[in-house]
Formats: sequence, structure tokens, C-alpha cells
Amino acid sequence: MEKPLTQHIVPGRKPLSLKEYEKVGGYQSVRKVLKEMTPEEVQTLVKDSNLRGRGGAGFSTGLKWSFVPMGPDAAQPKYLVANADEMEPGTFKDRVLLEGNPHQLIEGMIVASYAIQASISYVFLRWAYKVAAREISHAIQEAYDAGYLGKNILGSGFNLDMHLHTGVGRYMCGEETALLNALEGKRANPRAKPPFPQVSGLFGKPTIVNNVETLCCLPHIINNGADWFKKLGLTEDAGTKLYGVSGRVKNPGCWELPMGTTIREILEEHAGGMQDGYLFRGLLPGGASTDFLVEEHLDLPMDYPSIQAAGSRMGTGTMIILDDQTCPVGFTLNLQHFFAQESCGFCTPCREGLPWVEKILLAIDKGEGKPEHLLTLDFHTKYLGPGNTFCALAPGAMEPLQSALKYFREDFERHIHEHHCPWSKSKAWQPST
Amino acid sequence: MLTAEEKHQIDHEISLVPSPKNACIEALKIVQQSHGWVSDESLQDVAEYVGMSTAELDSVATFYNLIFRRPVGRHVILVCDSISCYVMGYEDIRNQLFEKLSIQYGQTTADGRFTILPNCCLGTCDCAPALMIDNDLYRNLTVEQLDDILSKYT
Repeated sequence: MEKPLTQHIVPGRKPLSLKEYEKVGGYQSVRKVLKEMTPEEVQTLVKDSNLRGRGGAGFSTGLKWSFVPMGPDAAQPKYLVANADEMEPGTFKDRVLLEGNPHQLIEGMIVASYAIQASISYVFLRWAYKVAAREISHAIQEAYDAGYLGKNILGSGFNLDMHLHTGVGRYMCGEETALLNALEGKRANPRAKPPFPQVSGLFGKPTIVNNVETLCCLPHIINNGADWFKKLGLTEDAGTKLYGVSGRVKNPGCWELPMGTTIREILEEHAGGMQDGYLFRGLLPGGASTDFLVEEHLDLPMDYPSIQAAGSRMGTGTMIILDDQTCPVGFTLNLQHFFAQESCGFCTPCREGLPWVEKILLAIDKGEGKPEHLLTLDFHTKYLGPGNTFCALAPGAMEPLQSALKYFREDFERHIHEHHCPWSKSKAWQPST
Repeated sequence: MLTAEEKHQIDHEISLVPSPKNACIEALKIVQQSHGWVSDESLQDVAEYVGMSTAELDSVATFYNLIFRRPVGRHVILVCDSISCYVMGYEDIRNQLFEKLSIQYGQTTADGRFTILPNCCLGTCDCAPALMIDNDLYRNLTVEQLDDILSKYT
């Protein structure tokens, strides 16, 4: 089985130095694009490869790039930003790539920058990733010293600077327009679209924001071609995917597997199944802002269309498992507390609605719930849903809530009728403030 | 007053962006690095240096979780309270910390040694529960490890 993204990553070992990375074929794709390909050819190749954004939305990477104005009249400078803000609860896949092989990311960023003719690039890294910060700064310096960054790279006439920016903590920074505001030294509120960042992004200039895993796919697509990449996937989605599992399983972790591997295989073969004494009840397939899936979905392939057809989203591809000894109301309350706290407060439905949802769930969890509370939660899932808010934070928050109300409604009702949490001995959630 | 060293570092950040204002978060980080937090006085100094009103800069400073606008202890304990750590029982860890240090979230021990804050997902969910103290990440935590961990920080 091919594992292009993680083939040189050995847990617990230092990442490859630039010299070691070059010895295993590193930076070949940079030579290839600079010497043999036009930016348009790179864009077309990536579009043909069917690479879809690994940050969660699954938008075609090549198509996203194609909206960037090209040619001599395009606004300058253009920017390329690697979104390494990984803050979706339950998600830890980009950390593996950032700590394990920073040169692969830098190589992918050079390829992407060349494709859109960006001259300045940023790694927007979340503050908590201290090891990654150290490794990336070191790798960027090595890349400058070797002439892969800076002026006139490999004599091609192409210039690219790269900076590491570490954030100061806020979930909103993962949203690409909010991330750009954070990079500009502003509050990380999302921006209105249009204009899209591809046309008017960082400092008002054309900007592409791509997820770390997406960028790490690029060197391999350039070296091996679009068809090779497509064939890595088991279904219509291309490539490999870093899947992760956390919760009460025997072997939680992160694995690079063919796109479209079934949930059951990931859960049972790689994560080792449930821990002894715990039963599976459900899972969030790709982070806190994705709808629950349950037993009946376990044989679905983990790819964008299959998970969407089941009413959820593959999101980041890192699953969180709900077991039988964890209260589904407490689980949902934990998620809603997070979203309420991380709302930027800019638009009213999100700012007011999420704390209301949290308050109701807290009441239900404490045994103070009323039957009409479930209806109030139901209508929030509609009024905070897509189209009613400024960005995707609140609609994302509603995904686990609406599906919890669907799949675990009896558990919510039991809390209300019995006036206490049936799990209260094991897990009593208390908000942190 | 900003020190010469702080000004030097902030100047470098300003040189990388179109307008000094764009470097304000970096400037706050620099000041926090040397003082441990951002006082009203520091905020005013930075605002003046980068050409912003204090109100505008404070709106930025208070937006971000890791810019401290109140004094913190010598070491900041960030307890991950997100979903994977919840499932794996972080609450026992949190309660033990509260008990051992006799403080709650947002408080600092009387000797100024520790401040405890809740924190969103630390991105190490396969090793939950987790917490960070200063720059150090602790994973697969059990209550029994806490004394040893805390004793490393003076």
C-alpha cells in the first residue's frame, strides 16, 4: 500500500534534514515545475488529479487556484498561506505532517506558490504546536540556504519568501478569511464573500489558503502524475487520506490510508476496535462540526460523497467515538460549550444562539430539562443552520446537535423524564466558566 | 515604556508587513514574552508605537485566548477541555489540579507559581487527556502523574 505523505515519517524520530530529504527524492517536484512546467500546466495537472481540500470542505484545489488572476496585469504581490491552525476538536492529522516532515510541506508550498505565481508565503501555525514551530523554522532556514526559497530559485527567475506565523489561539482562525484578518493583525472575524480571497485576500491581494495535508499531496502529484494520484483512492475520490480515531478504542491514532477506506476498517483494524468494557454508539467522522454517524454507517467508505450522502461530512477525517459509558447529552454539551465560547460574536444568531443552546443542554444534563426544550433545540438547528449566519461556525455547531437529537433522542428524553443524567455517576459535565 | 530590545523586535515585525498596525499581534506577543502578560500600560505603549488607539488594540488583544490581559503565574497550565479529552476523562485531572493547587480556572496560586486556564483542543486527541504547562505538552495523563509533573515547575 502506498503512503506517499507519511513514508518518511517515523514517530519519535527527528524529521529528515534537507539533505536527507533530497536523498529520498525531496524537492524534485520543485525542479520539475520550475524547469519544465508553466504555472497553468501545474494548475491543470492538479485539477486533473481531483485533489480536494483536506481542511474539511473538500473543494477542488485546482479549481480554487484557477480563480487567482494570472498574467502581467494581476495585482502583486500574491500570497500563498498554509493553514496549519488545526483547531477542530478531535483533529490531530496535520500535526503528524508538520512535526514529521516539514520539508514536504515547504516543497508543496513552493509548488502551489509557483502555480499561482505567489511571491510571499506564510505558514499559519497554531501556537500549541511548539515542536512543529521549531521544526518548520529550522526547515525554512535550510530551504533558504539551499536556494529553494528566496530570489531566483534554482536559476528560474521565480522568487518566493516564506514566513512562519504562530497564532495566539482562536478557533475562528481556521476559517480562511478570518485567518487572513489574524495575519493582518486584526480580530479574526470572518470576511464577507465576495470578494473571495483568490481575488482580494491578504492585504487586499490575491491569496490562496490551502490546508497542510492538501499542500503535502502536491509534490507527489507533480512527480507521479494525475492518474497515479486518482488510482490511490478506492472510490471516486483521489489520493490517500490521513484518518484518525480518538476516544475509547484500543489503539487511537492517525494512519495514511487509501481514500475511501471504510469506517469499519479504520475503526476495527487500525484503531483496534473498542476498549474492553466499552460499546460503540456513534462517531463524528471528521471533527466536532460534523454530524453523528451510527452503527448502520460503519461500512461506508470514508470519502467526501459517501459521508455526505449519509447526512454528515468527512470533514478532517479524524473521528471521535461516542461509547456507551459517555452520556450523549454531556458529549453534545461539551461540543456546544466549545462553539459558544469560540463564536467570534460578529453575527447575532451565532453569538446569541449558541449560548442559548449550551444553557438548555446544561439544564437537561442537570436534570432540569423540560419537554419543550427539545423543540427549542430543534428550531435552533434550523435557525443557526446554513444561510442564516455570517460564516460556517454555527451551522457546523448544529451538525452534531441535530444528529444527536435524531440518533440519541431517547437519551435526551430520559434526562428530562427522569430528572437526572443516567450517566451522572461517571460523567458530569461542568462548564469551565 | 517599551525596552530597546522590545522595540528592536517589534521593528523587525513591522518591516515584514505593509503597515505597522499589521504587526500589532506580534508586538503584543513580544511584550507578553518579557512581562508574562499585557498590562494597560504595555497596551498603551504598543498602541502608540504601532499607531493604533488603545481601544482598537484592546479589541484585538481581548479577542485572542493566549494574550493575557491580567497577570498570570510563573507557569500557565492549559487544560484541554475539548471532546476527546472529555470522553477520556479529563475532568478528573482538572478536579485534582484544582484541589492540589487550591485554585479554580482563571486563578493564580498565592505564591504566584501557577495559573490554570481551560483550553480548546490541543490537537493530540489520540493521547487524551492532555494539558500544557508553558511550552511542555503532557499526554495520556493520569491523576497519579500530576505531582511529578507539577514538581518540575518552581
